[in-house]
Amino acid sequence: MNNFQYVRAEGLDGAARFVAGHVGAKFIGGGTNLVDLMKYNVEKPSSLVDLNRLSMRDVSELPDGGLRIGALVTNSDVAYHPTVSTRYPLLSRAILAGASAQLRNKATTGGNLLQRTRCVYFYDTATPCNKREPGTGCPAKEGINRTLAILGTSVSCIATHPSDMCVALGALGAVVQVTGPGGSRSIPFEQFHRLPGDHPEIDTTLAADEIITSVDLPRTGFAGHSAYIKVRDRQSYAFALVSVAAGLEVADGVIAKAGVALGGVAHKPWRNPQLEQELLVGRPANRDTYHEFQRALLAGAQGFGENDFKLKLAPVTVVRALEQAAHEGEQA
Amino acid sequence: MTTGQQALEETVDLAVPTHMTVSGRSHTLRVEPWTSLLDLLREGLQLTGSKKGCDHGQCGACTVLVNGVRVNSCLCLAVMHDGDAITTIEGLGSEGNLSTMQQSFVDHDGYQCGYCTPGQICSAVGMLNEGHARTEADIREQLSGNVCRCGAYPNIVAAVKHVMGMGQTEGGR
Amino acid sequence: MNTHLIGTDVNRIDGPAKVSGAAKYAAEFFASDMLYAVVVSGAIAHGEVDSIDTAAAMKVPGAMEVFSHKNRPHMAWFNKSYLDEDAPTDGKPLRPLYDEKIHHSGQPVALCVAETFEAARAMSRLVEVSYKALTHQTDMTFAVQEAKKVEKSNRAGIEPPPKNRGNSAQAYADAPVKLAKGYLSPTEIHNPIELFATTVVVNEDETMTIYDKTQSVSNSQLLVCNALGLYKDDVRVESPFVGGAFGSALRPQYQLILATMAAKALKRSVRLTLTRDQMFTLSHRPETLQEIRLGADTDGTLLAMHNESLQATSRYENYFEVIANWSGLSYLCENATMEEKTVSMDISTPGDMRAPGAVQGVWAIETAMDELAIATGRDPVDLRLQNYAEKDQNHDKKYSSKELKACYAQGAAMFRWNERKPTPRTERRGTALVGRGMAGGVWESPQMPASAKATLAPDGTLTIASGTADIGTGTYTVMAILAGEALGLPLAKVIVKLGDSELPVAPLEGGSWTVSSVGTAVTEACKAVAEKVFKLASGLDDSPLKHASFKDVEFVNERISLRSDAAKFVTLAAALASGDGEPIAEKTKAGPNFLKQHGYKSYTHSAVFAEVEVDEDFGTVSVCRVVSAIAGGRIINHEAARSQILGGVVWGIGMALQEQAETDHQFGRIMNHNLAEYHVSVNADVHDIEVIFVKEEDNIVNPIGAKGLGEIGLVGVAAAIGNAIYNATGKRIRELPITLDKLI
Repeated sequence: MNNFQYVRAEGLDGAARFVAGHVGAKFIGGGTNLVDLMKYNVEKPSSLVDLNRLSMRDVSELPDGGLRIGALVTNSDVAYHPTVSTRYPLLSRAILAGASAQLRNKATTGGNLLQRTRCVYFYDTATPCNKREPGTGCPAKEGINRTLAILGTSVSCIATHPSDMCVALGALGAVVQVTGPGGSRSIPFEQFHRLPGDHPEIDTTLAADEIITSVDLPRTGFAGHSAYIKVRDRQSYAFALVSVAAGLEVADGVIAKAGVALGGVAHKPWRNPQLEQELLVGRPANRDTYHEFQRALLAGAQGFGENDFKLKLAPVTVVRALEQAAHEGEQA
Repeated sequence: MTTGQQALEETVDLAVPTHMTVSGRSHTLRVEPWTSLLDLLREGLQLTGSKKGCDHGQCGACTVLVNGVRVNSCLCLAVMHDGDAITTIEGLGSEGNLSTMQQSFVDHDGYQCGYCTPGQICSAVGMLNEGHARTEADIREQLSGNVCRCGAYPNIVAAVKHVMGMGQTEGGR
Repeated sequence: MNTHLIGTDVNRIDGPAKVSGAAKYAAEFFASDMLYAVVVSGAIAHGEVDSIDTAAAMKVPGAMEVFSHKNRPHMAWFNKSYLDEDAPTDGKPLRPLYDEKIHHSGQPVALCVAETFEAARAMSRLVEVSYKALTHQTDMTFAVQEAKKVEKSNRAGIEPPPKNRGNSAQAYADAPVKLAKGYLSPTEIHNPIELFATTVVVNEDETMTIYDKTQSVSNSQLLVCNALGLYKDDVRVESPFVGGAFGSALRPQYQLILATMAAKALKRSVRLTLTRDQMFTLSHRPETLQEIRLGADTDGTLLAMHNESLQATSRYENYFEVIANWSGLSYLCENATMEEKTVSMDISTPGDMRAPGAVQGVWAIETAMDELAIATGRDPVDLRLQNYAEKDQNHDKKYSSKELKACYAQGAAMFRWNERKPTPRTERRGTALVGRGMAGGVWESPQMPASAKATLAPDGTLTIASGTADIGTGTYTVMAILAGEALGLPLAKVIVKLGDSELPVAPLEGGSWTVSSVGTAVTEACKAVAEKVFKLASGLDDSPLKHASFKDVEFVNERISLRSDAAKFVTLAAALASGDGEPIAEKTKAGPNFLKQHGYKSYTHSAVFAEVEVDEDFGTVSVCRVVSAIAGGRIINHEAARSQILGGVVWGIGMALQEQAETDHQFGRIMNHNLAEYHVSVNADVHDIEVIFVKEEDNIVNPIGAKGLGEIGLVGVAAAIGNAIYNATGKRIRELPITLDKLI
């Protein structure tokens, strides 16, 4: 870890201005990923601006019936919040499928969105990595890529986003509220994370001096029919090889509304709302529908050797999640 | 050269006044921002009950309670805990005066080498504070952030179940 | 022998220290002049350090020194100075910071020393190292043509394969049933949770007290003195608690030499703790490929066995472990050929890791036996009974005891083996296929020379001292039990001191021989003390023991009483009160009784039964139930013994399903060098485990009759799980670990 300056932020404006005015300055929330990466010498901030004294710790109802989760609410507090677990069980399940209780107690909502990839080359400064050091190359494509992406990859990067929570937020259609020196704005969840393209070093559309203030959930949260399935190498405390968050509204056996996102397969939670409209909504809630949908959703998926198995695993996981969501509440 | 390096070469003192209580004892310290809570506890305060097993939040040996909530102290910057109350294994009970959870680990052989043990115990106490574990499967899942390489898991679960009044595990003593 | 303690459930005497944080491990000792050191690890697998720029590092406030091969203090020149007790005798152990040569990725290239840990860490990130890289090879599949046959032993007890017996090639050719398969096991990393660390405290008289993470204080002392030219009398090594080791601390690791070198040069106390990623550069279980051929009659009777084993090793030490031999040992077969080969690559030297060699060798043969059971339509237990050996087949010697049949029977009964469906894919639970499998396990139970001291104070407190270690195995408690038993003392009156080079010398703590070796020495030391106490007791005026001889009395409940009439006794207190007020101390050295053991071989055995659920879509495996039946001789502390086996089973689950160091061969570097990406089992992976100790009496193995349990719990588990997965899915996976991608 390098030496750095530490600043306790007393207000949003001041915090954003500090980071805007200091090259290499960063915000810190829970720090579970940032401190980890600093110890590996992957992140080397010149200053850290601690946001924890700011008032972004509330979960509150929005006028439109949605729910606002403050950026500093810990992952545990979100998962176990009574409103979240009743109205957005998909989010609770996804959060509790990730990391460990200790990490969830420390990690914040805003910080979870900003987690960086677990690609082993990104983490190891003895090897090249375009995400860590642009232009050095990507050894993962012909190397260790068992956990890496099959969708939305680029020549320069095949990293995956490691979050579970974000997969659920993607399926739920959350909105990220941010503020910075240039003012405040709302970013639809699908537009928050980006694909690697030619700039894998940039994970999100958030500017360096912008602060996430909250994540807003829409009015309905698939309370009746949702499932989060996480396939991993051990039964807890492991990152997803493939995960699927699926939410449905079903009436008389017909799908009325759907949200489906995948984790562990791309640089961002993988979702396609247009396909959900075309291939799920209005269709019967059955395996044929789910299969047709997964074929379209996963079209163009490409393996890189070690991760070829995800081409088989992802389809069955999508179908299982949709089936489980549709049958939620029924007696087995 | 990074800007971090520039900051480093400036001779200014970057240490930050930090006040915290550790297991009931009040400390007013000047802490360099890059000091982890774990290193402050182990080296600064010589409280070595909190263990370093990975230093990256991957093993749970460093688990302490911050205001009653279990966290990985290796991923906490000490300066970020100004005003907090930290409880380490030393604060739960001493060799001659063990807490219920500590005694249960002894009675159920919930360890072997003992290195992950303080973290396991702090984690188990934190889990009880949280109140979300009801079944044996819950316990196993919610203690999965504490790796025991000796493989004492069945006995750890038995020890925790005993404290929770859940009776014996199959195969437990 | 009276057994008021032996075989019962005894809580560990060091338990309160462990659960309260009072137990001190190597990195937890302090000195007022402490410096901190951090190692800079090399980035390439083979080549040379070209240049090292330490200017930026030395500007960190608190920086003291950066050591590298360019400015290191004097180190020994002769190779023999670096040969620790467990080193292959024909190798050239790596010398940290000795010269510019790089032998494996992650090799230490510099040592940063500073006033604080944080400063040393910051320095380590600022040391600029450039390399001249040479071509490297870390891929066993490409290096295989350079394989060398193992011809001779280069470590005590590690033997090359025995001579061929019979004609296995002809017998195989003639056999009605043939099986020929390759079995691949990966590099595994010990990963004890305690990081390797050394704290060197420089005393005022310039002697050193070194707290080292080690399985042998005497081995650490030997190496550091030889390598750095120190006198044994000036260096005391202590290691009272060891946070797991599993073999990785049998050989002193490089942090010992580096920390001591820095302390000597700077005349300050030094603490050096390695990082978790550096733990992947020390020692590992070697990657193996075993080609097995079994020939059998149609009823499963073995006619021919062949195991050609290949294992990876480093270029600087031809380390090897015994792998192929386990195939030929345990089953009756007149025609057997075993071959062991090593292949040298640009990797660090492998090392003993819990049941070294046996876990791979037994996994392969026990998987092959399951395949033979399928091929011949036999029940897997019946097949093993049919080929049951009453003699060690490799050495043609009798077993000192072998209650493996009882393990099969009692294990099968508890597991309800009869409920198993022989045809794969016939049982389901929800989306999961259910399968059951079994395997046998075996590990040796040797006795080594060891010494111990027993000191009985006038107040009746007994202190036991031995240089051995307790790495979590329960040594403190076992020695207290044996001592308490010998002198009729409650555990509260027994103090055990271990892990100190000033205590009587013990063998390396490994190989499951500590109870058998050190336990015998402790028992004999206590017996010598007892004889003296008896003399005092029988010399008392009006002593009821006046006409008794030592063999007529027993020591129970702090009394010396007549065996024939317990009402005739002298209390220990009374006996001691008649002494001269000085402690009674006896030091003994005990070793194997060759006369008694001649003609015998001793092993622990196990039968492991496993039930798995395999999700048919996802290929995820849950080991829902394991029964492990152990024949391990006499059980001293039932509680800790059971824990050893539970731990072994947990390791077996990891070995079967999770553990694997992943090397990028382009860089010749293990890439998943952390506990997030190198998976060991977590609590949620472990479900029901039952342990059975079958009754096994053995008065040949050693005077105690105990066989040691550190390794046997692991051996056989991976095969049982793999065989259960086959029973569930119909898929035979011959490459560990059995990750989900291999099952979908």
